[in-house]
Amino acid sequence: MKGMSLIVRTITRLLVGFILVYGAHIVLYGHLTPGGGFAGGVMLACALILLVLAFGKEAALDIVSENAASAWDCIGALLFLLIALLGLTGGYFFRNVLDKGKPFDLLSAGTLMWSNIAIGIKVGACLFLVFLVLAAFRIRDEG
Amino acid sequence: MIFLLYLLLLFMIAGAIIAIETKDLLSSVICVGAIGLGLAIIFLLLGAPDLAIVQVVVEVLSLVLLLRVVVKREDVTIAHRYRYGEVFATATALVFFGVFIVLASMAYKEMPAFGQPILNVSQRYIAEGMDKVGAPNLVTGILLDYRAYDTLGEATVIFTAIIGSLVILRKRGRIRHEGDEPHS
Repeated sequence: MKGMSLIVRTITRLLVGFILVYGAHIVLYGHLTPGGGFAGGVMLACALILLVLAFGKEAALDIVSENAASAWDCIGALLFLLIALLGLTGGYFFRNVLDKGKPFDLLSAGTLMWSNIAIGIKVGACLFLVFLVLAAFRIRDEG
Repeated sequence: MIFLLYLLLLFMIAGAIIAIETKDLLSSVICVGAIGLGLAIIFLLLGAPDLAIVQVVVEVLSLVLLLRVVVKREDVTIAHRYRYGEVFATATALVFFGVFIVLASMAYKEMPAFGQPILNVSQRYIAEGMDKVGAPNLVTGILLDYRAYDTLGEATVIFTAIIGSLVILRKRGRIRHEGDEPHS
């Protein structure tokens, strides 16, 4: 899969950082503002897909390879499971054991932010892999 | 407000009919995208920004996927002729549809009004969610604290789905037999 024209490449180079930062913001502030791990993760995946479409498969896979995406997928899933198991120390599965903190602070609401981060990593890597599997693996190199 | 909702619903139904009936695959895919964005506006109007964000982002992603995967394939037009079996199938579907509409409109009179929650438990979440979870965004609080089991199951489903499609669609480790079509 080749990349696209110079205009698309330049715009992508300018925008992809902003999209990544906005996705990270949606993930991190999921317990304070609308959004959360799933929506932010999809945004991260969209930024990577934009890279694949604009610069071609090879250039984008240099940044996040297929194996790395698969590994991040597993890491996110295991992190979420770990947070769930952390609740066992306080009594039962998925108990919110961490400190609640002050409301409206970033570090508040216990395990919620960490769960959001785990889900964000998981969903981002996962949907990027879906795109790679469906679109990039099979299409012949005709642009 | 209600008028705007009905307008958007009509727009979405028209988009769905066009998406099915149009001959061009590209316009069909774009119609599907328009339906999803209409749904996102409805979520915003009803005061559900969380859902609206997810709907917009997922719709854009699936639109890109569909454009990239579906539209690249060659169009195959299938010659269409009505046969007796098809007429019978359509008639059966219409009869079932009519029966469902009549019975459902009788049942809907018994349901609580639009916007009135059926479950008592949701009032409890709203009343004490902020104190118990400590998250201003109540939707995230419910998803990741009260209903975290569901979220774990959801994550498992998406994980299994991607592992399955990776296994089916991968190129590595495949043995090519004689006479097979070469993969790209």
